Amino acid sequence: MSEAFLSVEGVTKRFRSAGGEVIALEDVSIRVDHGECHAIIGESGSGKSTLGGLILGLFEPTSGSVRFKGEILGAPRRPLRLKRAIQLIQQNPLSALNPRRTVGQSIRLAFDVHAIGEKAQRGKRVAELLGEVGLPADYALRSPHGLSGGERQRVAIARALACEPELIVLDEPTSALDVLVQARVLQLLMRIRHQHRLTYAFITHDLAVVRGIADRVSVFEKGRLVESGLADAIFATPQSDYTRRLLAAVPVVSDEEARFRDRFRAAEVDAEEAED
Amino acid sequence: MTWFADSPGWRAFRRDTMAMTGLTLVALVVLAALFADWIAPYPSHAGPIGDFGAMGAPPGGRFLLGTDTIGRDLLTRLIYAYRLSLEMAIVVLAIATPIGVVVGLLAGYLGPAWSYGLMRLTDVFLSIPPLVLAMSITGFLEPSAIHGMIAITAMWWPWYARLTYNLTRAERQEGYVVAAEIVGASLPHILFREILPNCMPSILTKMTVDVGFVILIASSMSFLGLGAQAPTPDLGSMVADGAKYMPDAWWLTVFPAIAILIVVMGFNLLGDGLREAADVAR
Repeated sequence: MSEAFLSVEGVTKRFRSAGGEVIALEDVSIRVDHGECHAIIGESGSGKSTLGGLILGLFEPTSGSVRFKGEILGAPRRPLRLKRAIQLIQQNPLSALNPRRTVGQSIRLAFDVHAIGEKAQRGKRVAELLGEVGLPADYALRSPHGLSGGERQRVAIARALACEPELIVLDEPTSALDVLVQARVLQLLMRIRHQHRLTYAFITHDLAVVRGIADRVSVFEKGRLVESGLADAIFATPQSDYTRRLLAAVPVVSDEEARFRDRFRAAEVDAEEAED
Repeated sequence: MTWFADSPGWRAFRRDTMAMTGLTLVALVVLAALFADWIAPYPSHAGPIGDFGAMGAPPGGRFLLGTDTIGRDLLTRLIYAYRLSLEMAIVVLAIATPIGVVVGLLAGYLGPAWSYGLMRLTDVFLSIPPLVLAMSITGFLEPSAIHGMIAITAMWWPWYARLTYNLTRAERQEGYVVAAEIVGASLPHILFREILPNCMPSILTKMTVDVGFVILIASSMSFLGLGAQAPTPDLGSMVADGAKYMPDAWWLTVFPAIAILIVVMGFNLLGDGLREAADVAR
């Protein structure tokens, strides 16, 4: 078997809290290949964000390991090279940008930290990145104050791109945005993935968001991996009840989607009747 | 000071009568202290020598606020006392604030062991009554304005450590701090470029109010004879010296007391106004 791009091997993560221990993830193994968009799906409390935090190095696994191209990813003192390779797009665009730093300063940070490009060229590079995420170059001098949620999320994307990463963890990147803005930001994310040949770990509770874009899907429930496989297969023939329930709850906008969902709703009713 | 230039905040500040009163009082005191050499009617009276022909003159006439027992103009001495008080407050805060802020940033951002160690140290200082600590420090050293400042500084930084600690604890959860960590920014960058600028409005507001409180503590100490020594004009020692001649030479005590009231109240009102204006701006 070839070396995986990103592999999570038997990872358990427990958090100590006031009321004892909370098991956030239990014996989870998944594999993310280079260039794919891997959706990590679950409700709140499913452990999906904990998995993101482990990949980003916000904390250490209690047991098991996370490997990136064969190298074990630890949390404290992660080398700059690995930090640069793995970036994050956060859920809340309102807090993602420092209100006391300009958009340009926020994006430029990565250049200064990782010594990317000539110093004199860094301003120009910021402008290019802004262009790439669909914002005018003069936004570099603006404070995040006057920016809309969608614009801020674009800046956050530019900041992640500034590191020239290989893997991006997207933690509910669109769930705080209006529906129309959501669609545009998703389009941008997909375009950028192809242009930069990025790998995405797309964390979301919203199956509708990833249905069209995920290559593979891993479904989590209460810290356990319920199901993992190709997106088409999972959306067509989900193996677990939990996945079926999630699919049945997807909000729909078109007849085609309604038919898709109703299949699972009908199945759910049958199952309940069978139980009675 | 962008938070101050924000127009909604500034407009709220101007409509706030109390804040504007504070600003006026502070401006009067600061200008008098800065231009003492030109404003004071008898600049030479700031020293040991007065006008022996006019000892203990009551207010009015040639000496607006009267003279002391050796004929020195009270108004002149109050203006120079303001200068000393402001100098002390500025020096104390200029040293105490950076120490407290750095301790607070480190304790608030680094792991539990650091925050436990640093904040317990802070608590030790906070648990000692300020005046007692200052008195014990000046007990080791001989009483003087400099040693008084050292004593006040030693008891002042913990307040900034605690304020900054609480602000930092909230800031470190913010998305932009997490983002800077993930990009790989250094500890100094995260502390001083990402977190500190967002704490500055609260810190500056506290500093404004504290100018008044430092002056009050410094006056209390010199009232007890632990601060500036004669013949340097000092608000606290002037009250103490004048008390001996109450009630006959009442002006020797009453006017320095009013002078303390004006400066403490001025900085308090100004600080409160700034805090509210900053809230409006946000």
